[in-house]
Amino acid sequence: MSLLQGRFQADHGDFQLNVAFTLPDKGVTALFGPSGSGKTSCLRAIAGLERLPNSFFQIGNKVWQDEAQGIFVPANQREIGYVFQEASLFPHLNVQQNLEFGLKRLAKEKRKVKPDSVIELLGIGALLSRPPAALSGGERQRVAIARALLRSPELLLMDEPLSALDRRLKREILPYLEELHRELSIPVVYVSHAPDEVVRLADHIIMLDQGRLLCSGPLKEIMVDPRFALLFGDGASTLFEGRVSAQREDLITEVSAKDLTLRLTHRPIALDFPIRCRIHASDVSLCTQKPSHCSILNIFPGRVLRIDPGEQAGKILVTLELAKGQKLLAQISSYSVNRLQLQPGTPVWAQVKSVAVL
Amino acid sequence: MFETSFSVVWLTLKLALIVTVILLLVATPLAWWLSQTQSRYKPVISALFAVPLVLPPTVLGFYLLLLMGPNGPIGQLSEALGLGSLPFSFTGIAIACAVHSFPFVIQPLQNSFEAIGKRPLEVAATLGASSWDCFCNVVIPLARPGFITAMVMGFCHAIGEFGVVLMIGGNIPGKTRVLSVEIYNHVEAMEYAQAHWLAGGMMAFSFLALLLIYLVNHKAAQRSMA
Repeated sequence: MSLLQGRFQADHGDFQLNVAFTLPDKGVTALFGPSGSGKTSCLRAIAGLERLPNSFFQIGNKVWQDEAQGIFVPANQREIGYVFQEASLFPHLNVQQNLEFGLKRLAKEKRKVKPDSVIELLGIGALLSRPPAALSGGERQRVAIARALLRSPELLLMDEPLSALDRRLKREILPYLEELHRELSIPVVYVSHAPDEVVRLADHIIMLDQGRLLCSGPLKEIMVDPRFALLFGDGASTLFEGRVSAQREDLITEVSAKDLTLRLTHRPIALDFPIRCRIHASDVSLCTQKPSHCSILNIFPGRVLRIDPGEQAGKILVTLELAKGQKLLAQISSYSVNRLQLQPGTPVWAQVKSVAVL
Repeated sequence: MFETSFSVVWLTLKLALIVTVILLLVATPLAWWLSQTQSRYKPVISALFAVPLVLPPTVLGFYLLLLMGPNGPIGQLSEALGLGSLPFSFTGIAIACAVHSFPFVIQPLQNSFEAIGKRPLEVAATLGASSWDCFCNVVIPLARPGFITAMVMGFCHAIGEFGVVLMIGGNIPGKTRVLSVEIYNHVEAMEYAQAHWLAGGMMAFSFLALLLIYLVNHKAAQRSMA
Protein backbone atom coordinates (compact mmCIF):
# COMPACT_ATOMS: atom_id res chain seq x y z
CA MET A 1 0.00 0.00 0.00
CA SER A 2 1.34 3.39 -0.95
CA LEU A 3 1.31 6.05 1.66
CA LEU A 4 1.21 9.79 1.99
CA GLN A 5 4.09 11.04 4.02
CA GLY A 6 4.57 14.63 5.02
CA ARG A 7 6.89 16.69 7.17
CA PHE A 8 6.32 20.41 7.28
CA GLN A 9 8.19 23.15 9.08
CA ALA A 10 7.70 26.88 9.10
CA ASP A 11 8.73 29.74 11.30
CA HIS A 12 6.68 32.91 11.00
CA GLY A 13 7.92 34.45 14.23
CA ASP A 14 4.83 34.16 16.39
CA PHE A 15 3.75 30.96 14.66
CA GLN A 16 5.87 27.85 14.38
CA LEU A 17 4.83 24.80 12.46
CA ASN A 18 6.53 21.48 12.93
CA VAL A 19 4.56 18.38 12.04
CA ALA A 20 5.26 14.99 10.53
CA PHE A 21 2.62 12.45 9.58
CA THR A 22 1.91 9.36 7.54
CA LEU A 23 -1.49 8.66 6.06
CA PRO A 24 -3.12 5.76 4.27
CA ASP A 25 -3.87 6.27 0.60
CA LYS A 26 -7.54 5.59 1.08
CA GLY A 27 -10.42 7.36 2.71
CA VAL A 28 -10.87 10.78 4.21
CA THR A 29 -8.29 12.23 6.55
CA ALA A 30 -9.38 15.16 8.65
CA LEU A 31 -6.79 17.80 9.51
CA PHE A 32 -8.46 18.92 12.68
CA GLY A 33 -7.67 21.69 15.13
CA PRO A 34 -8.61 25.17 16.28
CA SER A 35 -7.95 28.15 13.99
CA GLY A 36 -4.30 29.07 13.96
CA SER A 37 -3.22 25.48 14.54
CA GLY A 38 -1.55 25.19 11.14
CA LYS A 39 -4.13 23.05 9.34
CA THR A 40 -4.45 25.28 6.31
CA SER A 41 -0.67 25.83 6.11
CA CYS A 42 -0.21 22.05 5.93
CA LEU A 43 -2.86 21.70 3.25
CA ARG A 44 -1.39 24.52 1.18
CA ALA A 45 2.04 22.96 1.52
CA ILE A 46 0.68 19.60 0.34
CA ALA A 47 -0.81 21.37 -2.68
CA GLY A 48 2.41 23.23 -3.41
CA LEU A 49 0.70 26.61 -3.00
CA GLU A 50 3.24 27.38 -0.31
CA ARG A 51 6.83 26.27 -0.21
CA LEU A 52 7.84 25.66 3.38
CA PRO A 53 11.52 25.27 4.29
CA ASN A 54 12.99 21.91 5.40
CA SER A 55 9.81 20.18 4.33
CA PHE A 56 9.01 16.93 2.65
CA PHE A 57 5.97 15.42 0.99
CA GLN A 58 5.60 12.15 -0.82
CA ILE A 59 2.56 10.42 -2.28
CA GLY A 60 3.13 6.79 -3.21
CA ASN A 61 6.54 6.81 -4.83
CA LYS A 62 6.24 10.38 -6.12
CA VAL A 63 8.18 12.97 -4.18
CA TRP A 64 6.49 16.36 -4.49
CA GLN A 65 8.79 18.17 -2.13
CA ASP A 66 12.13 17.32 -0.60
CA GLU A 67 14.06 20.41 0.37
CA ALA A 68 17.05 18.28 1.38
CA GLN A 69 17.44 17.49 -2.33
CA GLY A 70 16.01 20.77 -3.61
CA ILE A 71 12.93 19.06 -5.07
CA PHE A 72 9.76 21.10 -5.33
CA VAL A 73 7.04 20.25 -7.82
CA PRO A 74 4.96 23.39 -8.50
CA ALA A 75 1.24 23.27 -7.74
CA ASN A 76 0.19 23.14 -11.40
CA GLN A 77 2.22 19.96 -11.93
CA ARG A 78 0.83 18.09 -8.91
CA GLU A 79 -2.08 15.79 -9.55
CA ILE A 80 -4.36 17.30 -6.97
CA GLY A 81 -7.86 18.62 -6.69
CA TYR A 82 -8.18 21.58 -4.34
CA VAL A 83 -11.41 22.94 -2.94
CA PHE A 84 -11.03 26.33 -1.30
CA GLN A 85 -13.01 27.71 1.60
CA GLU A 86 -14.95 29.98 -0.73
CA ALA A 87 -15.94 28.38 -4.00
CA SER A 88 -13.66 30.71 -6.02
CA LEU A 89 -15.25 29.97 -9.36
CA PHE A 90 -13.91 32.08 -12.22
CA PRO A 91 -16.50 34.84 -12.68
CA HIS A 92 -15.71 35.29 -16.37
CA LEU A 93 -16.60 31.67 -17.15
CA ASN A 94 -19.92 29.88 -16.84
CA VAL A 95 -20.32 26.65 -14.88
CA GLN A 96 -19.48 24.42 -17.82
CA GLN A 97 -16.36 26.46 -18.67
CA ASN A 98 -15.30 26.43 -15.04
CA LEU A 99 -15.59 22.64 -15.02
CA GLU A 100 -13.61 22.40 -18.26
CA PHE A 101 -10.84 24.71 -17.10
CA GLY A 102 -9.03 21.97 -15.21
CA LEU A 103 -10.13 19.17 -17.53
CA LYS A 104 -8.70 20.87 -20.63
CA ARG A 105 -5.31 21.12 -18.94
CA LEU A 106 -5.16 17.41 -18.24
CA ALA A 107 -3.63 14.98 -20.74
CA LYS A 108 -6.33 12.81 -22.34
CA GLU A 109 -4.90 9.55 -21.01
CA LYS A 110 -5.06 10.90 -17.47
CA ARG A 111 -8.78 11.72 -17.60
CA LYS A 112 -10.11 8.88 -15.47
CA VAL A 113 -13.06 10.60 -13.83
CA LYS A 114 -16.05 10.84 -16.16
CA PRO A 115 -17.56 14.34 -16.38
CA ASP A 116 -21.13 13.05 -16.61
CA SER A 117 -20.83 10.95 -13.48
CA VAL A 118 -19.33 13.82 -11.45
CA ILE A 119 -22.00 16.24 -12.70
CA GLU A 120 -24.64 13.73 -11.67
CA LEU A 121 -22.98 12.93 -8.35
CA LEU A 122 -23.00 16.60 -7.37
CA GLY A 123 -26.37 17.38 -8.93
CA ILE A 124 -25.22 20.32 -11.05
CA GLY A 125 -26.50 19.20 -14.46
CA ALA A 126 -29.10 21.98 -14.59
CA LEU A 127 -26.56 24.71 -13.82
CA LEU A 128 -24.06 24.22 -16.63
CA SER A 129 -24.91 27.29 -18.69
CA ARG A 130 -25.22 29.66 -15.74
CA PRO A 131 -22.63 32.24 -14.66
CA PRO A 132 -21.30 31.79 -11.11
CA ALA A 133 -23.03 34.98 -9.97
CA ALA A 134 -26.40 33.28 -10.61
CA LEU A 135 -25.67 30.35 -8.26
CA SER A 136 -26.39 29.95 -4.56
CA GLY A 137 -23.48 29.47 -2.16
CA GLY A 138 -24.12 25.74 -1.94
CA GLU A 139 -24.34 25.35 -5.70
CA ARG A 140 -21.08 27.21 -6.18
CA GLN A 141 -19.30 24.97 -3.72
CA ARG A 142 -20.67 21.87 -5.46
CA VAL A 143 -19.41 23.18 -8.81
CA ALA A 144 -16.02 23.87 -7.22
CA ILE A 145 -15.88 20.31 -5.88
CA ALA A 146 -16.82 18.92 -9.30
CA ARG A 147 -14.20 21.11 -10.97
CA ALA A 148 -11.54 19.71 -8.63
CA LEU A 149 -12.69 16.11 -9.16
CA LEU A 150 -12.56 16.44 -12.95
CA ARG A 151 -8.79 16.76 -12.65
CA SER A 152 -8.85 13.02 -11.84
CA PRO A 153 -6.63 13.86 -8.89
CA GLU A 154 -4.45 11.45 -6.98
CA LEU A 155 -5.32 13.42 -3.90
CA LEU A 156 -8.29 15.65 -3.13
CA LEU A 157 -7.59 18.53 -0.76
CA MET A 158 -10.45 20.40 0.86
CA ASP A 159 -9.94 23.51 2.97
CA GLU A 160 -13.00 23.88 5.20
CA PRO A 161 -15.29 23.64 2.19
CA LEU A 162 -18.38 24.06 4.34
CA SER A 163 -17.31 26.78 6.72
CA ALA A 164 -18.44 29.65 4.50
CA LEU A 165 -21.91 28.13 4.26
CA ASP A 166 -24.77 28.46 6.69
CA ARG A 167 -26.34 25.47 8.45
CA ARG A 168 -28.95 24.86 5.79
CA LEU A 169 -26.38 24.83 2.97
CA LYS A 170 -24.10 22.61 5.04
CA ARG A 171 -26.89 20.08 5.31
CA GLU A 172 -27.35 20.39 1.55
CA ILE A 173 -23.70 19.62 0.77
CA LEU A 174 -22.78 17.03 3.40
CA PRO A 175 -24.71 14.21 1.69
CA TYR A 176 -22.77 14.91 -1.52
CA LEU A 177 -19.50 14.66 0.36
CA GLU A 178 -20.59 11.39 1.94
CA GLU A 179 -21.53 10.12 -1.49
CA LEU A 180 -18.05 11.09 -2.73
CA HIS A 181 -16.57 9.20 0.16
CA ARG A 182 -18.51 6.06 -0.75
CA GLU A 183 -18.10 6.29 -4.52
CA LEU A 184 -14.53 7.40 -5.06
CA SER A 185 -11.30 5.77 -4.10
CA ILE A 186 -9.35 9.06 -4.16
CA PRO A 187 -7.74 9.87 -0.83
CA VAL A 188 -9.05 13.09 0.64
CA VAL A 189 -7.43 15.47 3.11
CA TYR A 190 -10.15 17.55 4.68
CA VAL A 191 -9.35 20.57 6.85
CA SER A 192 -11.95 21.29 9.47
CA HIS A 193 -12.47 22.72 12.91
CA ALA A 194 -16.02 21.36 13.14
CA PRO A 195 -16.23 18.06 15.08
CA ASP A 196 -19.60 17.18 13.55
CA GLU A 197 -18.17 17.28 10.00
CA VAL A 198 -15.13 15.28 11.01
CA VAL A 199 -17.20 12.59 12.71
CA ARG A 200 -19.47 12.30 9.69
CA LEU A 201 -16.82 12.22 6.99
CA ALA A 202 -13.40 11.22 8.23
CA ASP A 203 -11.76 7.82 8.54
CA HIS A 204 -8.48 9.18 9.75
CA ILE A 205 -7.61 12.17 11.79
CA ILE A 206 -4.60 14.39 12.32
CA MET A 207 -5.05 16.70 15.29
CA LEU A 208 -3.01 19.87 15.35
CA ASP A 209 -2.61 22.51 17.96
CA GLN A 210 -0.41 25.62 17.68
CA GLY A 211 1.60 24.15 14.84
CA ARG A 212 2.29 20.87 16.63
CA LEU A 213 0.91 17.40 16.02
CA LEU A 214 -1.25 16.20 18.91
CA CYS A 215 -2.05 12.80 17.45
CA SER A 216 -2.86 11.01 14.25
CA GLY A 217 -4.55 7.72 13.54
CA PRO A 218 -7.83 6.06 12.64
CA LEU A 219 -10.69 8.29 13.78
CA LYS A 220 -12.49 5.48 15.60
CA GLU A 221 -9.44 4.74 17.73
CA ILE A 222 -8.55 8.35 18.43
CA MET A 223 -12.12 9.14 19.45
CA VAL A 224 -12.14 6.49 22.17
CA ASP A 225 -8.64 7.30 23.35
CA PRO A 226 -9.18 9.07 26.68
CA ARG A 227 -6.19 11.33 26.02
CA PHE A 228 -7.86 12.82 22.95
CA ALA A 229 -11.56 12.05 23.37
CA LEU A 230 -12.24 15.35 25.09
CA LEU A 231 -10.54 17.39 22.35
CA PHE A 232 -13.65 17.01 20.23
CA GLY A 233 -15.38 20.23 21.08
CA ASP A 234 -18.78 18.63 21.51
CA GLY A 235 -17.90 15.95 24.04
CA ALA A 236 -16.42 12.48 24.14
CA SER A 237 -18.16 9.88 22.03
CA THR A 238 -17.79 6.54 20.31
CA LEU A 239 -18.11 6.06 16.56
CA PHE A 240 -19.76 2.94 15.13
CA GLU A 241 -19.49 2.18 11.47
CA GLY A 242 -21.77 -0.50 10.19
CA ARG A 243 -24.32 -1.53 7.64
CA VAL A 244 -28.07 -1.78 7.98
CA SER A 245 -28.50 -5.50 8.66
CA ALA A 246 -32.26 -5.78 9.28
CA GLN A 247 -35.48 -3.81 9.02
CA ARG A 248 -37.68 -5.65 11.49
CA GLU A 249 -41.45 -5.79 11.51
CA ASP A 250 -41.54 -4.41 15.03
CA LEU A 251 -40.11 -1.16 13.58
CA ILE A 252 -36.58 -1.68 14.76
CA THR A 253 -33.68 -1.01 12.42
CA GLU A 254 -30.59 -3.03 13.13
CA VAL A 255 -27.08 -1.87 12.30
CA SER A 256 -24.25 -4.33 12.48
CA ALA A 257 -20.59 -3.57 12.82
CA LYS A 258 -18.39 -6.65 13.02
CA ASP A 259 -20.21 -8.82 15.55
CA LEU A 260 -21.93 -6.03 17.36
CA THR A 261 -25.51 -5.09 16.53
CA LEU A 262 -27.14 -1.79 17.42
CA ARG A 263 -30.91 -1.49 17.56
CA LEU A 264 -32.40 1.78 16.42
CA THR A 265 -35.96 2.97 16.24
CA HIS A 266 -37.12 2.63 12.65
CA ARG A 267 -35.07 4.53 10.05
CA PRO A 268 -36.02 4.39 6.38
CA ILE A 269 -32.60 3.28 5.15
CA ALA A 270 -31.98 0.52 2.61
CA LEU A 271 -30.58 -2.80 3.75
CA ASP A 272 -26.81 -3.09 3.62
CA PHE A 273 -26.43 0.69 3.33
CA PRO A 274 -23.29 1.82 5.17
CA ILE A 275 -24.03 4.19 8.00
CA ARG A 276 -22.22 5.81 10.86
CA CYS A 277 -23.58 6.13 14.35
CA ARG A 278 -22.24 8.21 17.16
CA ILE A 279 -22.80 7.39 20.80
CA HIS A 280 -22.06 10.24 23.17
CA ALA A 281 -20.30 9.11 26.34
CA SER A 282 -22.84 11.02 28.39
CA ASP A 283 -25.60 8.85 26.88
CA VAL A 284 -24.07 5.63 28.24
CA SER A 285 -24.80 4.43 31.75
CA LEU A 286 -23.29 1.46 33.54
CA CYS A 287 -24.68 -1.36 35.74
CA THR A 288 -22.80 -4.10 37.49
CA GLN A 289 -25.75 -6.48 37.13
CA LYS A 290 -27.61 -7.31 33.96
CA PRO A 291 -30.48 -4.86 33.72
CA SER A 292 -33.84 -6.49 33.12
CA HIS A 293 -37.28 -5.10 32.49
CA CYS A 294 -35.73 -2.05 30.95
CA SER A 295 -36.91 0.14 28.06
CA ILE A 296 -33.42 0.72 26.74
CA LEU A 297 -32.81 -0.84 23.31
CA ASN A 298 -29.10 -1.37 23.45
CA ILE A 299 -27.51 -3.09 26.42
CA PHE A 300 -24.07 -4.62 25.99
CA PRO A 301 -21.91 -6.69 28.33
CA GLY A 302 -18.30 -5.57 28.66
CA ARG A 303 -15.55 -4.81 31.10
CA VAL A 304 -13.86 -1.67 32.31
CA LEU A 305 -10.59 -0.96 30.53
CA ARG A 306 -9.58 2.41 31.93
CA ILE A 307 -10.87 5.09 34.24
CA ASP A 308 -9.94 8.70 33.47
CA PRO A 309 -11.05 12.16 34.58
CA GLY A 310 -14.02 13.47 32.63
CA GLU A 311 -14.92 16.84 31.16
CA GLN A 312 -15.42 18.47 34.54
CA ALA A 313 -14.95 17.77 38.24
CA GLY A 314 -17.24 14.99 39.45
CA LYS A 315 -17.34 13.37 36.00
CA ILE A 316 -15.39 10.26 35.08
CA LEU A 317 -14.68 8.95 31.61
CA VAL A 318 -14.82 5.15 31.64
CA THR A 319 -13.41 3.23 28.69
CA LEU A 320 -15.13 -0.14 28.22
CA GLU A 321 -14.26 -3.05 26.08
CA LEU A 322 -17.36 -4.74 24.78
CA ALA A 323 -17.32 -8.46 24.12
CA LYS A 324 -15.97 -8.27 20.60
CA GLY A 325 -13.04 -5.93 21.15
CA GLN A 326 -15.15 -2.87 20.40
CA LYS A 327 -14.47 0.05 22.71
CA LEU A 328 -17.18 2.25 24.17
CA LEU A 329 -16.87 5.43 26.21
CA ALA A 330 -19.17 6.17 29.10
CA GLN A 331 -19.18 9.35 31.11
CA ILE A 332 -20.63 8.86 34.59
CA SER A 333 -20.34 10.61 37.92
CA SER A 334 -17.38 9.94 40.18
CA TYR A 335 -19.96 9.17 42.87
CA SER A 336 -21.26 6.23 40.79
CA VAL A 337 -17.73 5.00 40.07
CA ASN A 338 -17.12 4.77 43.81
CA ARG A 339 -20.52 3.28 44.62
CA LEU A 340 -20.18 0.60 41.94
CA GLN A 341 -16.52 0.13 42.92
CA LEU A 342 -15.47 0.25 39.28
CA GLN A 343 -11.85 -0.42 38.40
CA PRO A 344 -10.04 -1.79 35.37
CA GLY A 345 -11.27 -5.32 34.80
CA THR A 346 -14.69 -4.92 36.43
CA PRO A 347 -17.39 -6.63 34.34
CA VAL A 348 -20.28 -4.25 33.61
CA TRP A 349 -23.38 -3.81 31.48
CA ALA A 350 -23.50 -0.69 29.36
CA GLN A 351 -26.88 0.86 28.64
CA VAL A 352 -26.92 3.11 25.57
CA LYS A 353 -29.67 5.67 25.96
CA SER A 354 -29.46 7.17 22.50
CA VAL A 355 -27.65 6.66 19.24
CA ALA A 356 -27.17 9.46 16.73
CA VAL A 357 -27.23 8.31 13.13
CA LEU A 358 -24.87 10.57 11.18
CA MET B 1 -7.98 74.14 -45.34
CA PHE B 2 -10.03 70.93 -45.06
CA GLU B 3 -7.14 68.91 -46.42
CA THR B 4 -4.67 70.18 -43.85
CA SER B 5 -7.18 69.50 -41.06
CA PHE B 6 -7.60 65.97 -42.33
CA SER B 7 -3.86 65.37 -42.38
CA VAL B 8 -3.59 66.77 -38.84
CA VAL B 9 -6.37 64.51 -37.56
CA TRP B 10 -4.88 61.50 -39.31
CA LEU B 11 -1.40 62.19 -37.90
CA THR B 12 -2.85 62.62 -34.42
CA LEU B 13 -4.81 59.34 -34.58
CA LYS B 14 -1.75 57.52 -35.91
CA LEU B 15 0.37 58.93 -33.09
CA ALA B 16 -2.21 58.00 -30.43
CA LEU B 17 -2.62 54.48 -31.79
CA ILE B 18 1.10 53.79 -31.94
CA VAL B 19 1.65 55.27 -28.48
CA THR B 20 -1.18 53.14 -27.04
CA VAL B 21 0.22 49.93 -28.53
CA ILE B 22 3.76 50.68 -27.31
CA LEU B 23 2.46 51.55 -23.85
CA LEU B 24 0.37 48.38 -23.52
CA LEU B 25 3.37 46.27 -24.49
CA VAL B 26 5.67 48.02 -22.04
CA ALA B 27 3.29 48.74 -19.17
CA THR B 28 1.54 45.34 -18.93
CA PRO B 29 4.58 43.35 -17.75
CA LEU B 30 5.73 46.21 -15.51
CA ALA B 31 2.25 46.62 -13.98
CA TRP B 32 2.07 42.85 -13.40
CA TRP B 33 5.47 42.83 -11.78
CA LEU B 34 4.52 45.77 -9.54
CA SER B 35 1.25 44.09 -8.55
CA GLN B 36 3.01 40.85 -7.53
CA THR B 37 6.34 41.98 -6.15
CA GLN B 38 7.23 42.31 -2.51
CA SER B 39 10.44 44.13 -3.38
CA ARG B 40 11.35 46.97 -1.05
CA TYR B 41 12.09 49.08 -4.11
CA LYS B 42 8.43 48.99 -5.11
CA PRO B 43 7.59 52.48 -3.70
CA VAL B 44 10.64 54.01 -5.39
CA ILE B 45 9.75 52.48 -8.73
CA SER B 46 6.07 53.37 -8.38
CA ALA B 47 6.99 56.97 -7.62
CA LEU B 48 9.37 57.09 -10.59
CA PHE B 49 6.65 55.78 -12.90
CA ALA B 50 4.22 58.41 -11.63
CA VAL B 51 6.57 61.37 -12.14
CA PRO B 52 5.25 62.25 -15.66
CA LEU B 53 1.86 62.71 -14.01
CA VAL B 54 2.96 65.72 -11.98
CA LEU B 55 5.75 67.31 -14.02
CA PRO B 56 4.89 70.22 -16.31
CA PRO B 57 5.13 68.96 -19.92
CA THR B 58 7.77 71.58 -20.60
CA VAL B 59 10.08 70.08 -17.97
CA LEU B 60 9.56 66.57 -19.30
CA GLY B 61 9.93 67.83 -22.87
CA PHE B 62 13.11 69.71 -22.02
CA TYR B 63 14.83 66.67 -20.54
CA LEU B 64 13.59 64.38 -23.31
CA LEU B 65 14.95 66.88 -25.83
CA LEU B 66 18.34 66.73 -24.12
CA LEU B 67 18.25 62.90 -23.96
CA MET B 68 17.23 62.62 -27.61
CA GLY B 69 19.60 65.32 -28.83
CA PRO B 70 22.78 64.44 -30.72
CA ASN B 71 24.75 64.41 -27.45
CA GLY B 72 22.11 62.59 -25.38
CA PRO B 73 22.25 58.80 -24.84
CA ILE B 74 18.94 58.14 -26.61
CA GLY B 75 19.98 60.36 -29.51
CA GLN B 76 23.31 58.55 -29.88
CA LEU B 77 21.56 55.17 -29.65
CA SER B 78 19.08 56.09 -32.40
CA GLU B 79 21.94 57.38 -34.59
CA ALA B 80 23.84 54.13 -34.00
CA LEU B 81 20.74 52.11 -34.92
CA GLY B 82 20.34 54.16 -38.07
CA LEU B 83 17.01 55.67 -36.99
CA GLY B 84 18.32 59.16 -37.55
CA SER B 85 17.76 62.20 -35.40
CA LEU B 86 14.74 62.02 -33.09
CA PRO B 87 13.87 65.66 -32.31
CA PHE B 88 11.50 67.18 -34.86
CA SER B 89 10.54 63.68 -36.08
CA PHE B 90 7.40 61.57 -35.71
CA THR B 91 9.35 58.84 -33.87
CA GLY B 92 10.59 61.49 -31.47
CA ILE B 93 7.14 62.77 -30.55
CA ALA B 94 5.85 59.18 -30.28
CA ILE B 95 8.54 58.36 -27.71
CA ALA B 96 7.92 61.59 -25.83
CA CYS B 97 4.15 61.04 -25.86
CA ALA B 98 4.60 57.48 -24.60
CA VAL B 99 6.71 58.67 -21.67
CA HIS B 100 4.21 61.38 -20.79
CA SER B 101 1.18 59.04 -21.03
CA PHE B 102 2.88 56.11 -19.26
CA PRO B 103 1.30 56.64 -15.80
CA PHE B 104 -2.17 56.82 -17.32
CA VAL B 105 -1.68 53.31 -18.69
CA ILE B 106 0.29 51.55 -15.97
CA GLN B 107 -1.85 52.68 -13.05
CA PRO B 108 -5.23 51.27 -14.15
CA LEU B 109 -3.46 48.04 -15.15
CA GLN B 110 -1.69 47.71 -11.81
CA ASN B 111 -4.90 48.51 -9.90
CA SER B 112 -6.91 45.92 -11.78
CA PHE B 113 -4.16 43.28 -11.36
CA GLU B 114 -4.04 43.97 -7.63
CA ALA B 115 -7.83 43.80 -7.38
CA ILE B 116 -7.79 40.23 -8.71
CA GLY B 117 -5.97 39.03 -5.60
CA LYS B 118 -4.06 35.80 -5.13
CA ARG B 119 -6.99 33.39 -5.00
CA PRO B 120 -7.86 33.09 -8.73
CA LEU B 121 -4.15 32.53 -9.46
CA GLU B 122 -3.99 29.75 -6.88
CA VAL B 123 -7.18 28.19 -8.21
CA ALA B 124 -5.73 28.24 -11.72
CA ALA B 125 -2.51 26.62 -10.48
CA THR B 126 -4.39 23.79 -8.74
CA LEU B 127 -6.28 23.27 -12.00
CA GLY B 128 -3.03 22.73 -13.87
CA ALA B 129 -2.45 26.16 -15.41
CA SER B 130 1.15 27.40 -15.72
CA SER B 131 1.90 31.04 -14.85
CA TRP B 132 1.72 32.15 -18.49
CA ASP B 133 -1.47 30.16 -19.13
CA CYS B 134 -2.98 31.68 -15.99
CA PHE B 135 -1.98 35.19 -17.06
CA CYS B 136 -3.58 34.81 -20.49
CA ASN B 137 -6.72 32.95 -19.49
CA VAL B 138 -7.48 34.26 -16.01
CA VAL B 139 -5.66 37.54 -15.36
CA ILE B 140 -6.32 39.25 -18.71
CA PRO B 141 -10.06 38.41 -18.80
CA LEU B 142 -10.50 39.44 -15.15
CA ALA B 143 -8.52 42.65 -15.68
CA ARG B 144 -10.43 43.57 -18.83
CA PRO B 145 -11.93 46.76 -17.36
CA GLY B 146 -8.41 47.81 -16.38
CA PHE B 147 -7.13 47.18 -19.90
CA ILE B 148 -9.97 49.17 -21.43
CA THR B 149 -9.41 52.05 -19.03
CA ALA B 150 -5.67 51.94 -19.73
CA MET B 151 -6.16 51.92 -23.50
CA VAL B 152 -8.70 54.71 -23.54
CA MET B 153 -6.73 56.86 -21.12
CA GLY B 154 -3.46 56.31 -22.99
CA PHE B 155 -5.10 56.96 -26.36
CA CYS B 156 -6.93 60.11 -25.28
CA HIS B 157 -3.95 61.48 -23.42
CA ALA B 158 -1.81 61.02 -26.53
CA ILE B 159 -4.43 62.69 -28.70
CA GLY B 160 -4.50 65.73 -26.46
CA GLU B 161 -0.72 65.96 -26.10
CA PHE B 162 0.52 69.52 -26.54
CA GLY B 163 3.42 70.71 -24.42
CA VAL B 164 5.71 67.75 -24.87
CA VAL B 165 5.05 67.60 -28.61
CA LEU B 166 5.81 71.27 -28.96
CA MET B 167 9.07 70.91 -27.02
CA ILE B 168 10.26 67.89 -29.05
CA GLY B 169 8.59 68.19 -32.38
CA GLY B 170 7.93 71.75 -33.02
CA ASN B 171 5.28 72.38 -35.55
CA ILE B 172 6.10 70.64 -38.84
CA PRO B 173 3.03 70.04 -41.04
CA GLY B 174 2.42 66.36 -41.89
CA LYS B 175 5.24 65.26 -39.56
CA THR B 176 4.77 66.56 -36.06
CA ARG B 177 1.86 68.97 -36.29
CA VAL B 178 -0.86 67.28 -34.20
CA LEU B 179 -4.37 68.41 -33.28
CA SER B 180 -3.64 70.41 -30.16
CA VAL B 181 -0.81 72.23 -31.91
CA GLU B 182 -3.05 72.95 -34.88
CA ILE B 183 -5.74 74.36 -32.59
CA TYR B 184 -3.09 76.60 -31.06
CA ASN B 185 -2.04 77.75 -34.54
CA HIS B 186 -5.64 78.53 -35.48
CA VAL B 187 -6.20 80.53 -32.33
CA GLU B 188 -2.94 82.42 -32.83
CA ALA B 189 -4.11 83.28 -36.36
CA MET B 190 -7.55 84.32 -35.04
CA GLU B 191 -9.18 81.50 -37.11
CA TYR B 192 -11.77 80.76 -34.42
CA ALA B 193 -14.13 78.85 -36.72
CA GLN B 194 -11.49 76.24 -37.57
CA ALA B 195 -10.38 76.13 -33.94
CA HIS B 196 -13.99 75.43 -32.95
CA TRP B 197 -14.31 72.49 -35.30
CA LEU B 198 -11.23 70.79 -33.98
CA ALA B 199 -11.70 71.70 -30.30
CA GLY B 200 -15.38 70.75 -30.32
CA GLY B 201 -14.58 67.48 -32.02
CA MET B 202 -12.05 66.69 -29.34
CA MET B 203 -14.51 67.48 -26.57
CA ALA B 204 -17.08 65.12 -28.05
CA PHE B 205 -14.48 62.41 -28.61
CA SER B 206 -13.15 62.66 -25.05
CA PHE B 207 -16.63 62.46 -23.59
CA LEU B 208 -17.48 59.36 -25.62
CA ALA B 209 -14.20 57.69 -24.64
CA LEU B 210 -14.80 58.31 -20.93
CA LEU B 211 -18.40 57.14 -21.30
CA LEU B 212 -17.06 53.87 -22.68
CA ILE B 213 -14.80 53.41 -19.62
CA TYR B 214 -17.62 54.06 -17.19
CA LEU B 215 -19.98 51.73 -19.03
CA VAL B 216 -17.43 48.91 -19.00
CA ASN B 217 -16.61 49.41 -15.31
CA HIS B 218 -20.30 49.54 -14.45
CA LYS B 219 -20.82 46.22 -16.19
CA ALA B 220 -17.79 44.68 -14.49
CA ALA B 221 -19.02 45.77 -11.06
CA GLN B 222 -22.25 43.86 -11.62
CA ARG B 223 -20.29 40.69 -12.31
CA SER B 224 -18.48 40.19 -9.03
CA MET B 225 -16.16 37.32 -8.11
CA ALA B 226 -18.10 34.29 -6.98
